[in-house]
Amino acid sequence: MSIPLGHYLILAAILFAVGLAGALTRKNAIIVLMGIEVMFNSAILNLVAFWHYKHFAVPTAQLFAIFAIAIAAAESAIGLALVIAVYRHYQSVDVDKMKELKG
Amino acid sequence: MDQHLQDLARQQWLIPAIPLVAAAIQSLLPRGARKLSAGICITGMGLACVLALRAFVATLGHPEAVRAVCNFTWFEFGTTALQLGFILDPLTAAMAAMVTFVGFWIFVNATGYMHEDENYTRFFCFLSLFAAAMLGLVVSNNILLLFMCWELVGLCSYLLIGFWYHKPSAAAACKKAFITTRIGDVGFFLGILMLFWQTKTLNLFNAGTGALEQADKLAQLPGWFGWSVATTIAVLLFIGAMGKSAQFPLHVWLPDAMEGPTPVSALIHAATMVAAGVFMVGRMFPLFIAGGSVEHPTFAIDMVLYVGAFTALFSATIAVAQFDIKRVLAYSTCSQLGFMVMALGAGGLVPGQFHLLTHAFFKALLFLGSGCVIIGTHHEQDMRKMGGLKKYMPITFWCYLAGMLALAGVPPFAGFFSKDEVLLVTFQRSKLAWGMATFAAFLTAFYMTRQMFMVFAGKWRGGDDHGHHAEAHGHGGHEPHEVPWNMWLPIAVLSLFAIGLGFYGGKYAQYLGAEEEELAGKTLVMGLSVAVGTLGILLGWVLYGRKTLVHASDPDPLEAKLGVLFTCLNRKWYVDEFYEATIIRATMATGTVFRVIDKRVVDGILHSIVWVVRGISHVCRLVGDEFFINGGFDTGCQTVRGSGWLMSKLQSGRIQTYFRILGLGTIILLVVYFLKS
Repeated sequence: MSIPLGHYLILAAILFAVGLAGALTRKNAIIVLMGIEVMFNSAILNLVAFWHYKHFAVPTAQLFAIFAIAIAAAESAIGLALVIAVYRHYQSVDVDKMKELKG
Repeated sequence: MDQHLQDLARQQWLIPAIPLVAAAIQSLLPRGARKLSAGICITGMGLACVLALRAFVATLGHPEAVRAVCNFTWFEFGTTALQLGFILDPLTAAMAAMVTFVGFWIFVNATGYMHEDENYTRFFCFLSLFAAAMLGLVVSNNILLLFMCWELVGLCSYLLIGFWYHKPSAAAACKKAFITTRIGDVGFFLGILMLFWQTKTLNLFNAGTGALEQADKLAQLPGWFGWSVATTIAVLLFIGAMGKSAQFPLHVWLPDAMEGPTPVSALIHAATMVAAGVFMVGRMFPLFIAGGSVEHPTFAIDMVLYVGAFTALFSATIAVAQFDIKRVLAYSTCSQLGFMVMALGAGGLVPGQFHLLTHAFFKALLFLGSGCVIIGTHHEQDMRKMGGLKKYMPITFWCYLAGMLALAGVPPFAGFFSKDEVLLVTFQRSKLAWGMATFAAFLTAFYMTRQMFMVFAGKWRGGDDHGHHAEAHGHGGHEPHEVPWNMWLPIAVLSLFAIGLGFYGGKYAQYLGAEEEELAGKTLVMGLSVAVGTLGILLGWVLYGRKTLVHASDPDPLEAKLGVLFTCLNRKWYVDEFYEATIIRATMATGTVFRVIDKRVVDGILHSIVWVVRGISHVCRLVGDEFFINGGFDTGCQTVRGSGWLMSKLQSGRIQTYFRILGLGTIILLVVYFLKS
């Protein structure tokens, strides 16, 4: 039983769309962050899927995927730290309230 | 190998999978679906219990220890394949049966205890996940899978201890539990890496190539500090077990874990979390003993022995002087875990694991019983404000009594047999450890008697100053009351095991494949153990039973006898304060030092550069800029500024608007790209 490449791509596309929708529409900064993470993971899924079907012999893509996951973890740690800093400042994590840069 | 067992091993994954699926379903339920959520949780655990019992029964009745494994490849990385696997052997089967069975009754009790909580569904979801993680740990034949489940157990304990996160003490306790066990996990992880590096496999058993099957080979290789590789790995793994099983000096999280709801305490202290550490040491036992003998034990096994013995004694002394009903039990858990670890350290895999099993039953019983007491007395946890509950809560009293006698080691209750085995096997190895443990057994009998008398004997003291509190809770009336059936039934069932399980010690040894051997000093050890138990109970009666406390504010009789020492014990030997003054203070001081370096040195360099640049630019401005350039540019600037003002109106400051425009732009570009091609 083998799953065709297209299925993985469709799944990745759906994940990406879900993540994008979350990042664009939600007001809670943490959920925006989660949306970004989902998009990130869909990209990694794409990478691994292409690797599996096109370049199975070389484990480069696997390395890249693990590397990307590790970086995503670090990045989300920074993101959460930022959210906490923002919360301390505004007493809220509503992204609409953060418009200090308004012209 | 028996085909039937092989099939069962292949189905072992179902045991953790069922509660896991239950947790997944529960996480999607709305808040109002209380009955459904609890129903799914309990059904899932019940099914897991049936499967675990089926596997357990299948392993029974074989003349020697059986072992069936099922390994599969998780993923391949270049030429290396990472395998995971499940195992079915007596150690796992007995443990899984115990976890599912005790867990099932804890869940039933929790439906009563959490009755008034509004986050009921979330609670049961976490419980299912906790059970799944623990069962995964038990059935895994792979140290990586074991580690993953181990971490999941840690996560769930964090979630459940901090379940009432709006209480600052609970929030602090869950952080403490997580961070303290994490310190141990560093050692565990290093051990795993070293094991993988040396054996090139993470499977424990795999037809002769598993990591544990190579233990003797590892014992020949040189490791760190002059130990063999096997010993080094064992020491590192044991550091992980010390964190999880709350051994000194990483025991501090366990008593604070009392901040969680009481069924969680029962789960953490009996069936899961703390059992994980002891179970892991039992599972990796070949590494601990590899390269050593009875005369020349390895460093790893010696470390296990003395850490266990010290913890057993140390925590027992603290338990003597606590007033919170759950805190006494918490320190007694610490102490009993010390007994189990000590037994393992004495080379007694069977007594250690057997004590783990019996302890799980009677400690779950005691914790659930204390939960009943807490509910029955309208959320009172201070034993000084209880008393006389025998009259009000007879069922709870009798069950609690069974648990207490089992813990105190009174024959013929379960705790007597298993503790006796532990003491006997320790006696063969080290008289010092045995002496410490015997004294700890004496203290155990004493503090449990103290607790019984304070809680159940005498007159109800809760009315003294607490009447308004009870009414505020909306229960009406100050008098304690018996708990509903879904709370007392579990403790009644567990108390049967607390009474009867001890008789199966010999069978269990046979089941694990241990050989019958006559150990020296059997009568002496058993006689002394009974004697100290009786003495402890007698002393407890003399101090607390003859004349029970009358008012909640009465001083503790022991306090009058011990004075300063009592305060010292009550404050837990000031270990927390010690950590506060050393490790935490040191961390803060390091932070301060770096801040000062940042402010003075790094900023200083930056500032001096800035000053130099500013000086140069100042000179430049005076000479060239003011006269020649400014005049011409001023007009241009006005124009730029005007357009800039216009453009700045576009900036809403809202990050999501930017995002949307970005997304829109991407789509336009894509459309253009596709139209062109």
